[in-house]
Amino acid sequence: MAYPANYRYTREHEWIVLDGNIGSIGITDYAQNSLGDIVYVDVPKVGEPVTANATFGSVESVKAVSDLYSPVTGTVTATNEELKSSPDKINEAPHDTWIIKVELADPAQFNVLLDAAAYEAFISEETGS
Amino acid sequence: MTNNGTAPKTLGKTRPHQTQNEALVFEKSSPGKRAYKMPPLDVPIVDPAVVLGEAHRSESAQLPELSEIEIIRHFTRLSTWNYAIDLGMYPLGSCTMKYNPRVNEAVARIEGLAEAHPYRPDALAQGILEVIELLQRCLIEITGMDAITLQPAAGAHGEFTGILLVRAWHESQGNARRKILIPDSAHGTNPATAAICGYQVENLKSNAEGGIDLEALARQVDEETAALMLTNPSTIGVFESQIHKIADILHAKGALLYMDGANMNALVGKARPGDFGVDVMHLNLHKTFSTPHGGGGPGSGPVACKAFLEPFLPTPVLVRTARTEGPGTTGLAGQVPETTGQLHWNYDRPQTVGRVRAFYGNTGMFIRALAYILANGPDGLRQTTEDAVLNANYIRAKLEDLYELPYKTASMHEVVFSDKRQAAKGVRTGDIAKRLIDYGFHPYTVSFPMIVHGALMIEPTESESLEELDLFVDAMRSIAKEVDETPELVKTAPHSTRVGRLDEVQAARKPILRWRPSQ
Repeated sequence: MAYPANYRYTREHEWIVLDGNIGSIGITDYAQNSLGDIVYVDVPKVGEPVTANATFGSVESVKAVSDLYSPVTGTVTATNEELKSSPDKINEAPHDTWIIKVELADPAQFNVLLDAAAYEAFISEETGS
Repeated sequence: MTNNGTAPKTLGKTRPHQTQNEALVFEKSSPGKRAYKMPPLDVPIVDPAVVLGEAHRSESAQLPELSEIEIIRHFTRLSTWNYAIDLGMYPLGSCTMKYNPRVNEAVARIEGLAEAHPYRPDALAQGILEVIELLQRCLIEITGMDAITLQPAAGAHGEFTGILLVRAWHESQGNARRKILIPDSAHGTNPATAAICGYQVENLKSNAEGGIDLEALARQVDEETAALMLTNPSTIGVFESQIHKIADILHAKGALLYMDGANMNALVGKARPGDFGVDVMHLNLHKTFSTPHGGGGPGSGPVACKAFLEPFLPTPVLVRTARTEGPGTTGLAGQVPETTGQLHWNYDRPQTVGRVRAFYGNTGMFIRALAYILANGPDGLRQTTEDAVLNANYIRAKLEDLYELPYKTASMHEVVFSDKRQAAKGVRTGDIAKRLIDYGFHPYTVSFPMIVHGALMIEPTESESLEELDLFVDAMRSIAKEVDETPELVKTAPHSTRVGRLDEVQAARKPILRWRPSQ
């Protein structure tokens, strides 16, 4: 699956895309593939703060529970309600399924994240392929 | 989920109904059946609606109605579906599913021990208190620590107690500190414990050998680090040979070293955590010391610590009142354990973290663990450790040509393969594990530790004979061949069980937690 060029990525396998000062955050195709079938997503409440590189929630698959790391610092403006009943959306369309939306405290944080090419290089290094 | 089983095997045209799937007890119900007969009423009849008012329930509770023999048969049939260590090898990695010796059970059933009541005055309970005290001394000697509590009821409960001690000690130094470091190979209970005790969890990445990266550790430890929670040997079955340096790095910053004793079966009689820098640790009597594990249990997770943590141990603490006269009290006091005075529980412990368990812990398990320790003796326990390590390495040597070995470091008591080669054929670790059921074995641990993608974690323990190990090796080799030749057979396993492969994803996403009459 292609990694969208207008997204930015973390080494913990989250993506973020900007609309003005609002960032939508999800997990990458590589992440959902490693996790397997996702059965539950735990997210913060709207209005709560998130911090770059700190956990903001978790995803539970049949195999394991994994932390979600925020790519940026800011405040949660929305959570994806659809994931409560259909967490499988993340498996089906990882790059189109946002988990939370965040108002960025510092928009410059977006630009220091990995771009698609750098992220793909990172995961091929991780998998050793 | 009762009707999606594969067709039972037939014996010609007959099909004994005992071998078919068993309906739920609710589905076996028919109105009016009873397993009891009430005696005639010998008190005045009251109208429950009048007595209970609005709380009176008029509709049926839909409880199943069966005769006594139907109930007995239902549960007896279900009980024969269980897999147990008494039936065959149980190579569930990290769980140490060793044989539970029958002598343990015989000793635990001695009337004076089995019937001991926790409210009995200390003076009349000296026998059971001696058992507890002797077990404490044995475990202190085995771990090389200074003090111990037997209260925690399981491993994770032990972790919780241990980290409470860490927190209490830091608080007594003026700062509880903020974070706990945990390697990415850790059991999931470690970060859960740290979080429950109010600490932030900081992840520590493993190095290429699957161990602690000393430079990364030195960078991450600071004055806000309360402790490192470390499993040694690690979850990939590798001994942290730099453990003393790890302890030094932590201690230099005032941080403590907690050891998760889940893998103590690889160390008993060989290496003592107290000697390699551990400050506090838990043991799992239901793993290392052969008390029942899983299902029946119950577990027991003693916490051993160094002397500076002793004041914080849960109350009560067992103490011996020194005898005022007679032999054994002169000359070597303080050097030799005093074994002649009376034992009693001390509740007067101002710095204690408090009680973590009703009474004194799962006392029945203490008796069994002590029986195991005394029956083996020091040399026997050492032999046990050697056999556990030998068995794991035998399996490794016999399978490493067919299954990928992600970490080549020498294995201790368990070996972790990955499904990398089989995954190329679309077969994953979970499929291989389910196929293993068809060969008569309990599955190994699947998809753990997380640092190995598609992990197969195998721990045979010392209980298995060469013959049983060879059966297991043959099964694993046969499955590897099936993956090459008939992968579908493995991907749809198990085939020999009453119920075939269950839909784990659907069960997690849309769990059906109770039976309803309409279904």
